[in-house]
Amino acid sequence: MENLIALLVAAPLVGAALLLCGGKRLDRTGHWIGTLLAVASFAVGVALFADMLGRSADHRAMHQYLFSWIPVGGFRADVAFQLDQLSMTFVLLITGVGSLIHIYSIGYMEHDERRRRFFGYLNLFLAAMLLLVLADNYLLLYVGWEGVGLASYLLIGFWQHKPSAATAAKKAFLVNRVGDMGLSIAIMLMFTTFGTFAFGPVLAATGATSEGKLTAIGLMLLLAACGKSAQVPLQSWLGDAMEGPTPVSALIHAATMVTAGVYLITRSGAVFNAAPDAQLAVVVVGAVTLLYGAIVGCAKDDIKKALAGSTMSQIGYMVLAAGLGPIGYAFAIMHLVTHGFFKAGLFLGAGSVMHGMNDEVDMRKYGGLRKYMPVTFLTFGLGYLAIIGFPGLSGFFSKDKIIEAAFAKGGTEGWILGGAALLGAAVTAFYMTRVMLMTFFGEKRWDPKETHPHESPKIMTVPMIVLAVGSVFAGGLFSINESFVTWLEPVTSFAHGHSPVSATTVTASTIVVLLLGVGTAWLMYGRKPVPALAPRGSLLTRAARRDLLQDDFNDLVFVRGGTHLTTTLVQLDRSLVDGAVNGTAASMGGLSSLLRRLQTGFVRSYAVQMLGGAAVLVAATLLMRGV
Amino acid sequence: MNPVYYLYLAALLFTIGAAGVLIRRNAIVVFMCIELMLNACNLAFVTFSRMHGNLDGQIIAFFTMVVAAAEVVVGLAIIVSIFRTRHTASVDDASLMKL
Repeated sequence: MENLIALLVAAPLVGAALLLCGGKRLDRTGHWIGTLLAVASFAVGVALFADMLGRSADHRAMHQYLFSWIPVGGFRADVAFQLDQLSMTFVLLITGVGSLIHIYSIGYMEHDERRRRFFGYLNLFLAAMLLLVLADNYLLLYVGWEGVGLASYLLIGFWQHKPSAATAAKKAFLVNRVGDMGLSIAIMLMFTTFGTFAFGPVLAATGATSEGKLTAIGLMLLLAACGKSAQVPLQSWLGDAMEGPTPVSALIHAATMVTAGVYLITRSGAVFNAAPDAQLAVVVVGAVTLLYGAIVGCAKDDIKKALAGSTMSQIGYMVLAAGLGPIGYAFAIMHLVTHGFFKAGLFLGAGSVMHGMNDEVDMRKYGGLRKYMPVTFLTFGLGYLAIIGFPGLSGFFSKDKIIEAAFAKGGTEGWILGGAALLGAAVTAFYMTRVMLMTFFGEKRWDPKETHPHESPKIMTVPMIVLAVGSVFAGGLFSINESFVTWLEPVTSFAHGHSPVSATTVTASTIVVLLLGVGTAWLMYGRKPVPALAPRGSLLTRAARRDLLQDDFNDLVFVRGGTHLTTTLVQLDRSLVDGAVNGTAASMGGLSSLLRRLQTGFVRSYAVQMLGGAAVLVAATLLMRGV
Repeated sequence: MNPVYYLYLAALLFTIGAAGVLIRRNAIVVFMCIELMLNACNLAFVTFSRMHGNLDGQIIAFFTMVVAAAEVVVGLAIIVSIFRTRHTASVDDASLMKL
């Protein structure tokens, strides 16, 4: 079975190559080829999963060696795949949700003349992400990591005729580069510390390495994760990434890209376990981002940007859980999977709404759409209930566990983290209810003459229904007998957290804050009509509309600061460095024009010089012999 | 006869040659003075060879003669061609490459 692992990556990669190099003759069949290969990859994943389930927990990891990539002396970098329980979970999520998004895109992109290219990029995205989670060493992971960055750039800027989309794509790429720098430094540090970057040896050697080095590696890995997973301080690209077609947003937020950071931290768990300072940094980043994203999500009127804020916040939960160590890794991944279901469902739902509303994204111009789009309303509604953590649905099980684990961190930290996570849950309930009420309930705020809301075709609604089913049942299924935790335990290790508050209290308070959030949202947006033009709002609202001034901050500190720095450096270079070089050249020139006077052009004066020189040589020789 | 006298003669010839090179303007004369210096050296070589009782100096003298013969060929050719173009053989006039 091991030999099938490469097929997982190869299928979408072949698809990307075919569709991008195939030219116009594939215009009419391209989307089917792309979808078929994504589904094929999923089928291989399921077959491997079934095979894996048939073996005992200790013998589930599989390994496939393809070829040696860089063999130089004692150094080796292999192209080899490792499929353990963690990778398997990601493979199923990526290919499963990815395939559904492919199917949905057939309908969504039907009238786009560059649809073939779009599917090529989607396949490339899947292939890169699969390479990332299947690699058995950090260098190959880095290849996938960069591939994901490239594919996201191509897809966010897919409608490149819009300047805003082109800018957003560049922004996403550049911000990601900052994170990538972290990963490359981490890999170099690993190489100098351990002499290798294969997962096995590196993670096994963490026990015998100084904590300082591990902290440095951990912080660099965290920087990388911040870039890919849109965590504070590298979160600014996520909101603008909404410029891409909606299926792309679904793919980035649910199956690929933003989950990569969580994967990296979980995979490198051994490093973080041995470096408490780095782990603390992870937790802080997670907690800050989960509140940051939630606050941003509350103020956005653009349905996709509100959902983007929510993704940031939910990934914050995962990073927070991953920073808690063995008590949190499994829950981080569990939340990642359930989030994959409901966030993909929500984004596809948002796409379906836009599809029926002439691509309008402003929620203040929606209203009362539940009658016109019953299937979208139902699936979006189930996703909504799942994300706010309604008891019994997926989000409830996974988020509840994370909040519990945060409390179990212990001490003051535990209370702060748990409090932040609870507060985040309340705000999540608020802004998601707001999205729901503004879109599907209340008065119509659109012009019936121009807009004719309608349900989307079957090819779009069926994937939404499948995802809605996943959003409802996945969490419960994972929680029966802690099956998900048991499944992941051999890879991520697991320890039961000892919370100062009982599990029942946590669950009860989660439900209370949930009701509080929903209630507040209903008071503000459900009971009274929503104004079609956004009110001025409080200072916080206005800041949140501008993504809490992240772009202004980056502009002030990095763009302007960078410009000043380079101007100063250029001037220093001109005056100091160039001055020294030019001065040396000028003084040499002056000296040589003096020496040039000796060259009179008269042969006999040269003869005198030669004779004088010879005489000096002879005199010197005689003197030396005399000594 | 004391071989030192040969050395005195060689020194005298060399000095005459060097003075000629420095003082005379006519290229042909300068050229002959160079030959005189070369031959003074040859004389000194041969004398030293005799004084030390080995053949090294004599062999060097042969080399010098060969080089001098080659030099005469090239040098005279240059002088003749300068004379043909300029109608003079003064070494001081051949200074076109100075600034």
